[in-house]
Amino acid sequence: MSTSQTVIVLLRRELLLAMRRRGDVLTVLFFFVIVASLFPLGVGPDPKLLRLMGGGVVWVSALLAAMLSLGRMFASDHADGTLEQLVLTPTPPVVWITGKILAHWLVSGVPLILVAPVLGVQFGLSGEALGVLVFSLLLGTPVLSLIGAIGAALTLGLRGGGVLVSLLVLPLYIPVLIFGAGAVDGAMSGLGAEAHLSLLGGILILAFMLTPWAVSAALRISIE
Amino acid sequence: MINRFNKYRYASPATFYHFAGRLIPWFYGAAALFCVAGLYIGLFLAPTDFQQSEAYRIIFIHVPAAWMSMFIYVVMACWAALGLAFNTRMSFMMASALAPTGAMLTFVSLWTGALWGKPTWGAWWVWDARLTSELILFFLYLGFMALQSAIDDPRRADRAGALIALVGVVNVPIIYFSVRWWNTLHQGASVSMTKAPSMASIMLVGMLVMALAAWMYTIAAALSRARCIILERERNAQWVAQMLEADA
Amino acid sequence: MLEGKDLACVRGERTLFTHLNFTLREGELLLVQGANGSGKTSLLRMVCGLMAPESGEVLWRGEKIGAARESYHAEMAYFGHSPAVKEDLSAFENLDFACRLAGIPVKREEVKGALGHLGLGHCLNLPAKSLSQGQRRRVALSRLLLAKARLWILDEPLTALDQAALKLVQSLLGEHLRQGGMAVLTTHQPVMIPGIAPKILDLSA
Repeated sequence: MSTSQTVIVLLRRELLLAMRRRGDVLTVLFFFVIVASLFPLGVGPDPKLLRLMGGGVVWVSALLAAMLSLGRMFASDHADGTLEQLVLTPTPPVVWITGKILAHWLVSGVPLILVAPVLGVQFGLSGEALGVLVFSLLLGTPVLSLIGAIGAALTLGLRGGGVLVSLLVLPLYIPVLIFGAGAVDGAMSGLGAEAHLSLLGGILILAFMLTPWAVSAALRISIE
Repeated sequence: MINRFNKYRYASPATFYHFAGRLIPWFYGAAALFCVAGLYIGLFLAPTDFQQSEAYRIIFIHVPAAWMSMFIYVVMACWAALGLAFNTRMSFMMASALAPTGAMLTFVSLWTGALWGKPTWGAWWVWDARLTSELILFFLYLGFMALQSAIDDPRRADRAGALIALVGVVNVPIIYFSVRWWNTLHQGASVSMTKAPSMASIMLVGMLVMALAAWMYTIAAALSRARCIILERERNAQWVAQMLEADA
Repeated sequence: MLEGKDLACVRGERTLFTHLNFTLREGELLLVQGANGSGKTSLLRMVCGLMAPESGEVLWRGEKIGAARESYHAEMAYFGHSPAVKEDLSAFENLDFACRLAGIPVKREEVKGALGHLGLGHCLNLPAKSLSQGQRRRVALSRLLLAKARLWILDEPLTALDQAALKLVQSLLGEHLRQGGMAVLTTHQPVMIPGIAPKILDLSA
């Protein structure tokens, strides 16, 4: 069976599982909305300040939400033995790992991108900035899933895994945050967002090429 | 039969244990000598800076600590890579032994940076690119140590830590570059720490001597810690029992 | 042919076994025995490639299993402690996805047939969380029918099964071996397969 078929079967399975557990997907989405809504309550309702902060706040919230959903990526497959069976398929691990990360992004990254413009409007972002926000999330959230997968794989089955993942993964998320929020900033201040977006795209390509190998190694270490 | 197996497994750590034991006093001694010499140069011989007066003298601690903190992370990643490539247990132990010293020096450089920042910039903390990167490096050290301490099985702990160290070292340049980019966009011309106007050569000498002291200290501390790790891991091995008997 | 050469296993600080050797030819059954904690599961995980041995190697048709990964995995089926059954999927979906992910093209009828053979014909579309422990293990065992693997590696396949299922699994094993298949098995129950004298590997010795 070709690799693309394996990925398609895996995606179908993951999406079906997510459909059966819609609650998990919605929880992450609500977390994203709530965190972003807390900021105005914390710093005050001054529209000028909020417009300045908007891009960054939405991005930080997306970072936290993406991190919160990492636990799901391998943990349940590990607990019920499915992960072992995946490792033992003839398919090269990198292939199905890429499929799993893609599925994770579809289930937990894409909803964030769809809701982000609403949050952006709450912060008074301009139309152009909203477009840039969505585009930057489109480039950036897959990186969050990719890098996060390393952390999720390494902390598989450890007590306190959730907090540990954040300690491992959040520092590695910093470049994505900087370029993502920077792009929105650039659009708001009229400096232009192209440079930030192309750097974000570069990071995405790099992460896409390298992380599946790291995740494969991490899973082998954790399963043993 | 079992005996031969054990010898094959334990020969390397046992040899290392005794070898390191002989070296450690020398490295600690050298560290102390260089430290005294460096501090003498830094505190007495180096002239008072005409802009920053006496406060600048903290760089004799700050700069070597910052250099070393970054260097140790790279060395740690090298040991980790060696361990993963050749499955040598000593390499993993060296990587774990270096981490606390690296974290400590990172913390020292952050702390002394704050002490220096207050009189110079008027603030304990500024989001300068170097400071921010150093802070992130501190987080990377913490993540490495937290991961290792969360895993009970030493084999898994070794390899998982090694992998995260490698992922970290690949990311460090990206993080550093992105933080600098972010910093220049937000702060314009930020105060630069190293562009001190024409540093007197005696200052440079002082800093280099202090850096040597940091090197020696790091080697000594890492070797001592590696010895502890070996003892802990091999407490059931024959040579440890024999050594303890000989000591008692 | 499956060979284990000079295998050693260390878990944490305990050396579970060293210098372990075995060979398994077509039509042979290897019964791994030993007390709890003697390393039976570790040995099986080593043999299927989930775990690297501390020393020694496992050979499949004369090649190291690490080097022959793809062809080895295509010919091997592993049944572990956890049955690898997703609670949120039905019995049918579980088996269907498991086969497709393993690269085995299956038809609906084949999947239904395999589940029916293991006595799950009436609960094909029930979510696995409503199945009993024994039924879940039957779902997992049904994979063996479709995988058409030459080598079965089964870790305690008989636990939580009722009398009927016990008989069924043993007859499946017998058929598999008579067709030239191989099996490595751990169990605490007696295994009776007519016409087959299992090789015994005792880890407590």
